[in-house]
Amino acid sequence: MQERLKELQQEAIQSIEQSSSLKELNDIRVAYLGKKGPITEVLRGMGKLSAEERPIMGALANEVREAIATILEAKQKDLEEAAVLEKLASESIDVTLPGRPVKVGNHHPLTRIIEEIEDLFIGMGYQVAEGPEVEQDYYNFEALNLPKGHPARDMQDSFYITDEILLRTHTSPVQARTMEKNQGKGPIKIICPGKVYRRDNDDATHSHQFMQIEGLVVGENIRMSDLHGTLEIFAKKMFGEDREIRLRPSFFPFTEPSVEMDISCMICGGNGCNVCKKTGWIEILGAGMVHPNVLEMAGYDSKKYTGFAFGMGPERIAMLKYGVDDIRHFYTNDVRFLKQYSKHE
Amino acid sequence: MFVSYKWLQDYVDLSGVSADELAEKITKSGIEVEGVEVLNEGITGVVVGHVVERVQHPNADKLSKCQVDIGQGEPVQIICGAPNVAQGQKVAVATVGAVLPGNFKIKKAKLRGEESNGMICSLTELGMEAKIVPKEYSEGIFVFPQDAEVGADAIALLNRNDEVLELGLTPNRADCLSMLGVAYEVAAILGRDVKLPEIELQPVKEKATDYITVKVEANEDNPLYAAKVIKNVKIGPAPLWMQTRLMSAGIRPHNNVVDITNYILLEYGQPLHAFDYDRLGSKEILVRRAQDGEKFTTLDDVERTLTSDHLVITNGTEPVALAGVMGGANSEVTSDTTTVLLEAAYFTGGTVRKASKDHGLRSEASARFEKGVDPNRVRAAGERAAYLMAKYAGGEVLEDASVVDTLTVEPAVVSITLEKINSVIGTNLTVEEVEAIFERLQFAVTSEEETITVTAPTRRGDIKIEEDLIEEVARLYGYDNIPKTLPIGSATPGKLSQYQDKRRIVRQYLEGAGLYQAVTYSLTSEEKAAQFALEKRDFIRLAMPMSEDRSILRLSIMPQLMEVLKYNSARQNDSLAVYETGAVFLANGNEVLPEEQEHLAGAITGLWHSHSWQGEKKAVDFYVLKGILEGLFAKLGLTESVTYVQAKVDNMHPGRTAEIHLHGERIGFVGQVHPTMQKELDLKDTYVFELSLKAILEEATAPLRYSGIPRFPSITRDIALVVDKETVAGVLQDIIQTAGGKLLKEVTVFDLYEGERMEEGKKSIAYSLKYMDPERTLTDEEVTKVHTQVLEALKEKAGAVLRG
Repeated sequence: MQERLKELQQEAIQSIEQSSSLKELNDIRVAYLGKKGPITEVLRGMGKLSAEERPIMGALANEVREAIATILEAKQKDLEEAAVLEKLASESIDVTLPGRPVKVGNHHPLTRIIEEIEDLFIGMGYQVAEGPEVEQDYYNFEALNLPKGHPARDMQDSFYITDEILLRTHTSPVQARTMEKNQGKGPIKIICPGKVYRRDNDDATHSHQFMQIEGLVVGENIRMSDLHGTLEIFAKKMFGEDREIRLRPSFFPFTEPSVEMDISCMICGGNGCNVCKKTGWIEILGAGMVHPNVLEMAGYDSKKYTGFAFGMGPERIAMLKYGVDDIRHFYTNDVRFLKQYSKHE
Repeated sequence: MFVSYKWLQDYVDLSGVSADELAEKITKSGIEVEGVEVLNEGITGVVVGHVVERVQHPNADKLSKCQVDIGQGEPVQIICGAPNVAQGQKVAVATVGAVLPGNFKIKKAKLRGEESNGMICSLTELGMEAKIVPKEYSEGIFVFPQDAEVGADAIALLNRNDEVLELGLTPNRADCLSMLGVAYEVAAILGRDVKLPEIELQPVKEKATDYITVKVEANEDNPLYAAKVIKNVKIGPAPLWMQTRLMSAGIRPHNNVVDITNYILLEYGQPLHAFDYDRLGSKEILVRRAQDGEKFTTLDDVERTLTSDHLVITNGTEPVALAGVMGGANSEVTSDTTTVLLEAAYFTGGTVRKASKDHGLRSEASARFEKGVDPNRVRAAGERAAYLMAKYAGGEVLEDASVVDTLTVEPAVVSITLEKINSVIGTNLTVEEVEAIFERLQFAVTSEEETITVTAPTRRGDIKIEEDLIEEVARLYGYDNIPKTLPIGSATPGKLSQYQDKRRIVRQYLEGAGLYQAVTYSLTSEEKAAQFALEKRDFIRLAMPMSEDRSILRLSIMPQLMEVLKYNSARQNDSLAVYETGAVFLANGNEVLPEEQEHLAGAITGLWHSHSWQGEKKAVDFYVLKGILEGLFAKLGLTESVTYVQAKVDNMHPGRTAEIHLHGERIGFVGQVHPTMQKELDLKDTYVFELSLKAILEEATAPLRYSGIPRFPSITRDIALVVDKETVAGVLQDIIQTAGGKLLKEVTVFDLYEGERMEEGKKSIAYSLKYMDPERTLTDEEVTKVHTQVLEALKEKAGAVLRG
């Protein structure tokens, strides 16, 4: 009997090791350990044994049963793992195929430039002021020290609607309106972005509609050195920390003294190239100290208050910054153009 | 203004300062030098040659065979094609080995079988513009005066070994429209002296006043008129140096008398005019306004009709010149002229501007009068011209001049404190430093304590107020030397307004939803201006548009976005999503500003989504766009306030368009573009919206409050309703919501069926209703009670029955 049990154990283990599927394994389980299996049969024959032999044989039978069960379990685990691996292998996909595109648009390049400038000045305590695009002659010209008959306000250059109403030719009327609204009190720190219009034929460098951003600071004891410092921060933040700036005297009816600012060319670093016309410098904005006539007309005591103003063209900045070669691209809205401004810098 | 570097040295010592260095200094202290042209750039090997013999080329009618002495032993043979080449001439010869502009190298050649050792040059071949070449040489070679030395450097003789600075002058610096003005500026920059031109008149014993009387009727327009008389002039070419200086400044030489007036125009900035005295037809000059309709032929042989706005110089009866603009053909100096009447006058800017504009005659002279000439230099300019006519045209200058002078010239005297200068610029200059700057400018300056008083010379008419003095100090001190500081004073909050902030949110949201931002023109055509407009108003028309296409301010953004779609579709981009924010313009009558309403418009066309290799493709439809809008309104907290009402809108599909209402007020529309328009523009199905951005951004947003996360389960009941086809979902939704009361948390449409299995005229619409009480678990009975109310209300108010 003892031998028979040992034989069964040997047989079973051999079958388990040879089995290759969970079903086969289950059949082996039923065959050896089931109620009709040979071990049970052996145990049934224990009645014939003596009282001394019975517990010894019983223990042995259980030992054999456990040994088979342990090996069986281990084998089952192996086979299950293999099955999972097989399933996963069959599920594999081509990870190099393209993903499902996410539809995302982006800012127009001019908005991108304008918001960048707005944010820069907001950080320095400026507010964003806006005003009408259809303007009174008074705010567009007269309040800015450009009286009627002034050569710089030729009818030919502006889109008039009536003698007194026109499409604004710059965003400066917003400055005049803001000052008037503040009723002779300071401080004012504003940045004024917006659309402006001039009577130009559209070509690669001219557009009858374009954007402008102007800034105005009015307060007690505002100095030209403050303008210098402000413009330097602007130039470095907007065009890169290694940009140099250069101020040149200029002329605008609404500022005195007047300034034009150049930055060292970002293309050639100041060595001279086609973009900077071999000068190493690029003209970027006009500025100056607010003309006392402008302050007085808006109700400010020019003995007490001084201010500075500056103005620039987002199209020009975008053209320089991104290398755009034709101003009309900004208004044609070719999606192949618009799409190029999605990347965050 | 073109400034010859060599010529400028007549007035200021430029030693140690190259033309490029000078340009840099001028630019940095106030006048932009737009370029420095090296006149002889790329030219070598051009000498003066003497044509000792000229014969016809044996094999070519239009060529000459010349023997030219170029100062190197035997004359060389040169074949020349110019019609005006002649024996005995002194000419410019590009010798073998010479280089001409455009890297044109001169080599030995054979022309029609004859050897040619060089080239006889025209001025254009030497790099000069055709428009400045004297007329007599415009079709051929240039001929030097006989005294030109054979073998000499022809380029030097033509004054081309020079550099020309091109000044970009701002309107306030008209003083630099003259060599003397530039000399004062350069002298101030360099801290050097100005040397004035010489005038050494030796008049003959006859008086100009015996030859001519001057009367001025229009005194306000012409407060100063001086007429000098120069007898016995011999008209001929001006000296070569004068001609070359004119050419360097861009002026074509004519004859000695005319060239001298032009030379003075450049030197003094004072336009002069020379009349042929004998052709005047009287001994009188009368300056008056023209009569309306008066005719006058200017010296360009164009007959002009004048008005009383124009000032004319007359001989007492007939006009002989349009003042400050152009002389008359009837009194022009010709080769026969022997007596010259020389006009030196002050005409006011407005008068000259009007005349030059009306007649399209912008000239070097009119430009200077328009910007204002120095009143103190008028007479001197006339004297200097008379002196040059005596010297270079053999003339005899008569004593005195016939003059009308009511011009009062008072130089501007401006005082300023040192404190003011330093506080505006942000510097710490001393009185001495400031005085030194004005002395360099040759402004008279005095100071008492810390108050500085400056007398500005009349040539600097732009100096009027304190700030003008501040600018002079700042620019000569050097803008770059001004410290860099930031404004000090009370702090100002830097922040976007709520409106501006929300507008940015709108842009970000729409871009996140897949739309690109477009920026289009505000001006449009009459045809487009009326399309899609939310409000019909009168057109706002430009008085002088550039074209019909851009003549009216837009009432709607949509027509411009349609243009964008059309443009892109025509370029193989027919699946597209764009939006724009911007003003539309609503007229309020003629004399007041229009209302500018900021609008938001969007358009989607073609495929909304496609993922080709997975076989996914989804065309745009109404609900794609409506979903985007719903998301936008949710973002702005307006979901509860917005409703959609089926409507007909111009240029939109009549069955697929809704008006958007905010609190019951129409603020925009959404829907499909009318198929007829889609076809016209060659677009695929296109869905669009436009609404008043102002309306939705000015709406107050309720503050954000946390509302608790439900702790009790909800119970969902689904119903399928059969209703009339015309019954819209919005109405059913309202009924359900009202009847469901506060326990009904969510209503969702989950199916719509209008197919053939339905009874004629009916459709089925299915809703999922979610009930919940935040305080406790609902029982089935409680839900059934409310749900029954909902079903009853649906039956009663919309005739809806449950689908069997």
